[in-house]
Amino acid sequence: MNEVIVGHISEFTDRRGRVFRLGELELALFKLSDGEVKAVENNCPHKNGKLSEGMVCDHHVYCPLHDWKIDLNDGLVQAPDEGCIQTYPVFVDDKGNVVLQLAMQSKVS
Amino acid sequence: MKRKLVMIGNGMAGVSFVEQLLKLNPHRYDITIIGAEPHPNYNRIMLSSVLAGDANMQDIVLNDWDWYRDNNILLHAGQTAAHIDTEKRTVTTDKGIAASYDDLVFATGSLPFMLPLPGADKEGVIAFRDIKDCETMIEASKNYRKAVVIGGGLLGLEAARGLLNLKMEVDVVHIFDNLMERQLDRTASKLLQAELERQGMNFLLEKQSDSIMGKKRVTGLKFKDGTHVDADLVVMAVGIKPNVQLAKDSGIEVNRGIVVDDYLQTSLPNVYAVGECAEHRGIAYGLVAPLYEQGAILAKKLAGVDSEGYQGSVVSTKLKVSGVNVFSAGRFNDEPGTKAVRVQDDIDGIYKKVVFDQGKVIGAVLFGDTGDSSRLFSLIRSGEDFAGREKEVLLGSSGGQMASTGDLVAAMSGDEIVCGCNGVTKDTILESITEKGCVSVGEIRACTKASGGCGGCKPLVEAILTSALGEDNVAAVKEGICGCTTLSRDEVVDAIKRMHLTTSKEVMHVLEWANPEGCTKCRPALNYYLGMVYPDEHEDELESRIVNERSHANIQKDGTFSVVPRIYGGVTTPADLKKIATVAEKYNVPLVKITGGQRIDLLGVKKEDLPGMWGDLDMPSGYAYGKALRTVKTCVGSTFCRFGTQDSIKMGIDLEKKFERLDTPHKVKLAVSGCPRNCAEATIKDLGVVAIDGGWEIYVAGNGGTRVRAADLLVKVKTEEEVLEWTGAYLQYYRETANWNERTSEWAQRVGLDTVKKALESKEDRDALCERIDKTLGLVKDPWKQIVENAELSKAFDALTAPAEAKV
Ligand SMILES: Cc1cc2nc3c(=O)[nH]c(=O)nc-3n(C[C@H](O)[C@H](O)[C@H](O)COP(=O)(O)OP(=O)(O)OC[C@H]3O[C@@H](n4cnc5c(N)ncnc54)[C@H](O)[C@@H]3O)c2cc1C
Ligand code: SF4
Ligand code: FES
Repeated sequence: MNEVIVGHISEFTDRRGRVFRLGELELALFKLSDGEVKAVENNCPHKNGKLSEGMVCDHHVYCPLHDWKIDLNDGLVQAPDEGCIQTYPVFVDDKGNVVLQLAMQSKVS
Repeated sequence: MKRKLVMIGNGMAGVSFVEQLLKLNPHRYDITIIGAEPHPNYNRIMLSSVLAGDANMQDIVLNDWDWYRDNNILLHAGQTAAHIDTEKRTVTTDKGIAASYDDLVFATGSLPFMLPLPGADKEGVIAFRDIKDCETMIEASKNYRKAVVIGGGLLGLEAARGLLNLKMEVDVVHIFDNLMERQLDRTASKLLQAELERQGMNFLLEKQSDSIMGKKRVTGLKFKDGTHVDADLVVMAVGIKPNVQLAKDSGIEVNRGIVVDDYLQTSLPNVYAVGECAEHRGIAYGLVAPLYEQGAILAKKLAGVDSEGYQGSVVSTKLKVSGVNVFSAGRFNDEPGTKAVRVQDDIDGIYKKVVFDQGKVIGAVLFGDTGDSSRLFSLIRSGEDFAGREKEVLLGSSGGQMASTGDLVAAMSGDEIVCGCNGVTKDTILESITEKGCVSVGEIRACTKASGGCGGCKPLVEAILTSALGEDNVAAVKEGICGCTTLSRDEVVDAIKRMHLTTSKEVMHVLEWANPEGCTKCRPALNYYLGMVYPDEHEDELESRIVNERSHANIQKDGTFSVVPRIYGGVTTPADLKKIATVAEKYNVPLVKITGGQRIDLLGVKKEDLPGMWGDLDMPSGYAYGKALRTVKTCVGSTFCRFGTQDSIKMGIDLEKKFERLDTPHKVKLAVSGCPRNCAEATIKDLGVVAIDGGWEIYVAGNGGTRVRAADLLVKVKTEEEVLEWTGAYLQYYRETANWNERTSEWAQRVGLDTVKKALESKEDRDALCERIDKTLGLVKDPWKQIVENAELSKAFDALTAPAEAKV
């Protein structure tokens, strides 16, 4: 497991997405209304919409291109559409750093 | 011991019959179905929608594989029944599977009739009957351009419409001079032709096909008169013939179809036929409604329930081509002794004809407005006597003794079919309301499939719903603005005003939203309504704006954005052009394009480059992404044009400068032309201004988009000030009364143009509206500038990157 500080919580706006890039990897990070941060791959399973640009409603993001609804907790696309995206564990440490945990065997390698 | 039922054919009529049988007597039979197509039962009618791109293959499955399993039906899909031994009572398939029966049902449908033209066996010559044909057409559209449909009937026209949607060029060849001659009279037929030509179909009428040209694949079609057309695809839709060969080979009496009696029994005992393959009293039907009626009778017969037997059906048709409303039923042609009442309205393109025989309605044709279709169809079937008051049927009566839809519903018997496409009876619909708690047409559709086919029965389903629940209850369960609430737009806006709610969060709390943070439908809507009601108090909620309005640029399919600076009235300067060119080069903009609204679009910009570009451009945002004033297109007008009567450029610039940045329910496009030649196409705009000698005409509620609509004249005024005043009042009235995401054309049609005119009629009302819009306009700021000047805001456009030491 590798931990990467991607930024500070103050750089995040409520219910807005930010893009994080590392090599080939592109993630969308969102700060939810309750302060929690979520990270998922920035790629909609439908037609590769940039989820970082989507609207966040509670723990869901709606893809900006065709409105698929995706659960940020488990990456599952909500009915009536189907599919799933990769999610990544993130936490905010006591200094307010947003820390992303990347497993070694993740898609990046 | 259960009896054994074998059915040949796994199509609409057959499976509907099996469904009915299972309802009446689920345990009587062990059922085997042999179906040649490798699919479960699907809605053949909807193939037109699949072709037109409105539905996909999954959407049209009527009974999925699980249904067969759950009902213990043995299905041999992809197998053709090849032989029947009527002595031993067995059916054998082409793959060698044998099934023995006590009762046998033919439900083999029809075969498309293929004209025996020389060359008809070439590649690219097909029919339109099943999923495979549909797939062939979709595939062909990817590689070829030119399609020819032979046959100007229902099927041919639906195929042609689908092919047009697939971006093919389409010629429709018809042997007669009028389209759909079996369903329409000449007047309606010509109106239809005009409408379809407008949609892009090309007709070759009174043409007899001679032969098909080409080597391996078709390249053209030759006619008897020596002319020919090019074609990469030929679709034959000239008719169908009942599929009777197997029955004939088995010694069953066959005429055009398999001959059946009133109980659908063939000439052999225990052998029945239902659907398009059957011929009853000399008629083989080709539409589903009568086939479902046959199925219901056969189900009763085999379930051991008494019935009167099948008496034949009156049929009605509806063409499933979007933008065209056509309906016909019964005997609609004038015959000796019949009388007809006609209404023809060339202005709205409406034609109605009702034919009477001895006072009874025997047929009808409707074009343009088919709202009366269910009523007329049930009058044909009920045979009510209108002698002496025939005119009331179409024109209404002063005495008011006309049957209302409500009375009609009351008079319908329970087993009368309401939805012809899916064979749903009135009782089934009532059951879904009373037992399954359906309270809207949508729910009834989900529950029973009623109104899910061509949609023609929707008014009747609504009427049944109203009669069952009462007017008030139907009103009480109307659908809300989205799935998060049952409240309508007006109720929400009312609550916002009444309780002085100023944030979305408050609205959702107080009005008990089902989802705590709403959804993509209500969030932007609420943000708009709040801003409209409280321009100075409501703080714009950026997180509730859709991506384009949040990023102040249009997102493209690859995640890049496009940038369109404001170019007032389409007038620019060499200096601005140079600046735009420099910026385009600096940021490696892949595509620079002139838009339809007379400005310049820089496409393919990376999100992180947006603030930089805006800064360098130092021009106002063109709002090409927003639900806001987009462009004011102008013609050159009196400044240079020899026809111009007024300065259309100045008028356009003034309008654009005054109303830019205004939030509106949907995008708003304006245009100004300098004379009635109307080069700026002002009459398909949300608001268009056309100069006349000594004044201006203001047109409203036009649309040049998905649903083209010519604008209506709102008013003629004399001065430029008046143009600004009327425009302000009109836009504010739209802002205050439209649903979010509703274009002016839809809105004006919904509320009625007269209502709009009335609201703007008095100078006092206009002034009040203008005062409110001016207040809002006083608060708007250029978003690009704001972002450029605020480092915090600009930074949000950057991607985060990992610190250098992080490696994965
Ligand atoms: C594009 C299109 C649009 C239409 N639009 C409308 C409309 O708007 N309104 C309307 O009322 N009707 C419409 N129709 C007509 C309607 O679809 C038919 O009337 C209806 O499907 C007929 O039902 P059926 O069960 O008799 O035949 P089918 O649905 O054709 O079913 C017969 C089945 O039997 C199979 N079969 C045949 N022989 C054998 C054998 N020997 N062994 C095994 N299987 C066999 C066939 O493969 C077929 O699957 C439309 C038809 C088409 C093609
Ligand atoms: S609309 Fe009239 S004034 Fe304007 S360019 Fe055309 S002809 Fe000239
Ligand atoms: S790309 Fe995400 S919904 Fe289409």
